[in-house]
Amino acid sequence: MKAYKTPWWARRYRHAGLVSMALPVLVYIIIFHYVPMVGLVIAFKDYVMSDGVFGSAWVGWANFARLFGSNDFPVAIRNTLTISLLRLTFGFFAPVVLALLLNEVRQLGYKRSIQTLTYLPHFFSWVILGGIFLMIFGSGGPINGVVKLLGAKPVNFLSDDVWFITILVVTGIWQGAGWGAIIYLASLSGISPQLYEAATIDGANRWRQTLHITIPCLVPTMITLFILSLGGILTAGFDQIYNLYNPMVYDVADIVDTYVLRRMMGLDLSLATAAGMFKGVVGLVLVVGSNVAARKLSKGEQGVW
Amino acid sequence: MKLSRGEKLFGATNVVVLGAVALLCLYPFVYTLSISLSTAAEANRDGFHFFPRDISLVSYRMVLTNPNIVTGYMNTLLRTVLGTSLTLAATCIAAYPLSRREMPHRAMLTFLVVFTMLFSGGMVPAYLLVKNLGMINTVWALTVPGMITAFNVIIVKNFFQSLPESLVESARLDGAGEWTILFRLYLPLSKPVLATVALWTAVGHWNAWFDALLYITDDRKQVLQTFLQRIVIESSTQMMELGITDTSIVQFTSETIKAATIIVTILPIICVYPFVQKYFVKGIMLGGVKG
Repeated sequence: MKAYKTPWWARRYRHAGLVSMALPVLVYIIIFHYVPMVGLVIAFKDYVMSDGVFGSAWVGWANFARLFGSNDFPVAIRNTLTISLLRLTFGFFAPVVLALLLNEVRQLGYKRSIQTLTYLPHFFSWVILGGIFLMIFGSGGPINGVVKLLGAKPVNFLSDDVWFITILVVTGIWQGAGWGAIIYLASLSGISPQLYEAATIDGANRWRQTLHITIPCLVPTMITLFILSLGGILTAGFDQIYNLYNPMVYDVADIVDTYVLRRMMGLDLSLATAAGMFKGVVGLVLVVGSNVAARKLSKGEQGVW
Repeated sequence: MKLSRGEKLFGATNVVVLGAVALLCLYPFVYTLSISLSTAAEANRDGFHFFPRDISLVSYRMVLTNPNIVTGYMNTLLRTVLGTSLTLAATCIAAYPLSRREMPHRAMLTFLVVFTMLFSGGMVPAYLLVKNLGMINTVWALTVPGMITAFNVIIVKNFFQSLPESLVESARLDGAGEWTILFRLYLPLSKPVLATVALWTAVGHWNAWFDALLYITDDRKQVLQTFLQRIVIESSTQMMELGITDTSIVQFTSETIKAATIIVTILPIICVYPFVQKYFVKGIMLGGVKG
């Protein structure tokens, strides 16, 4: 950075071109990103539409008290955490494994085709994928076809609590693993070939090289992605759940976002905002906190920023 | 390189396993395509439906003559074209000043942009904003609120910063202003990153449904995904609520029509996918792990 000796107004004038370009963008960002944050005050108000955001009466923490005193919000939090933790446990390493396996394929054309197919599901909304899976796991679908072939009665996969959560986790991995692997493949291509050459001279086989070179080189990327996924721990995949669930699995599938939407549609906007705000603040604290922790533990070498 | 027997065995197994994984990724789409091309009786047959044994195009005729689907297609096309253009223009204009070292308050402005990735007002305040701006039931509600995202700005900014500084200096000596530098110099050099942002945004708009669910109440302005949702998901949910498991007894929306609607919706993406997928992937590398 250059140190400027000119006074601030002259400096500003000197960069009038840049400032005039940035100004409309700044106004946009304030209106569409920061004004809604100010709008969060309705979590502390008894919002009445006719009185507006600023005219409605303050109620302090009453909405939050109502939220946590209710029956369904704590359940929604429990469901969200359960689904998120299952996703993290079973899904976090799926892209890593896929990337490692793809990395071992020597036929480049084959590798590219496989990759293209594995990230195909990433390009479709859960309205589309939900529609497809409702057919596939439905009573007339191929999965129940196999069940019938085995002589059992058709299973109502999507209205059974355990099956539903299983399907959420599995189809979530199905959709995301290929795309997630790209970032690991990029990290893999950045590893210096000299490391492998040296290891080969030392007599390490492919397995040992993977264990002692490849995987350690992926750890920083994994930590970054882990920190970012912690921030989404109260998100749990709204699009997917909304498009797959039905009233019979509400007891396990109602998450914070579906709760917010339902309250919003029920026009209890203050309660909906309070629930959304709780989710946002927890996400922020988790990302910032885990980033600080990662930096401390690695003495400043790791972390998202 | 000489491979040991274990390594050869692993290589062969690996190729087979990955092939199976790829087929698993493809199968749901194959199934849907096959059902969409089947007669009603063929669709009800138990089996994997890799291909239809009895072909019928009736469901496609029904889907393509459904006025809602046609309206939805036009509205989705409109939001995709308009939204992508707006995002491209606005992202460049946002990224350029942030990429210049001499930009006053650059660090603070960058923080303001990045912070939007970490925290947001959430559903309700966003809805109230759009409502108060009078955007409900207009295409602006679907294109303006998501126009500038921190992620796009950061990857374009990083790309701009990777361009040599000397280019700007020589252009300045020739008397070029900031807008000239951005449009005449930077943009032509930034085609790969702009293609990536454009394609991501376009796919995002094509797939977007939640904003339409909140902001569009007039069916004449509704998007394709919402109509698809009504046809596909709501009918299945109704059946489950009623505890109906045998699809052949009650036909709400026949499976072939659902499948045909899905295929019609994903067709544009499938058609361009093979040609543009390298740009999709490039963006991830450009974005880098550290923004």
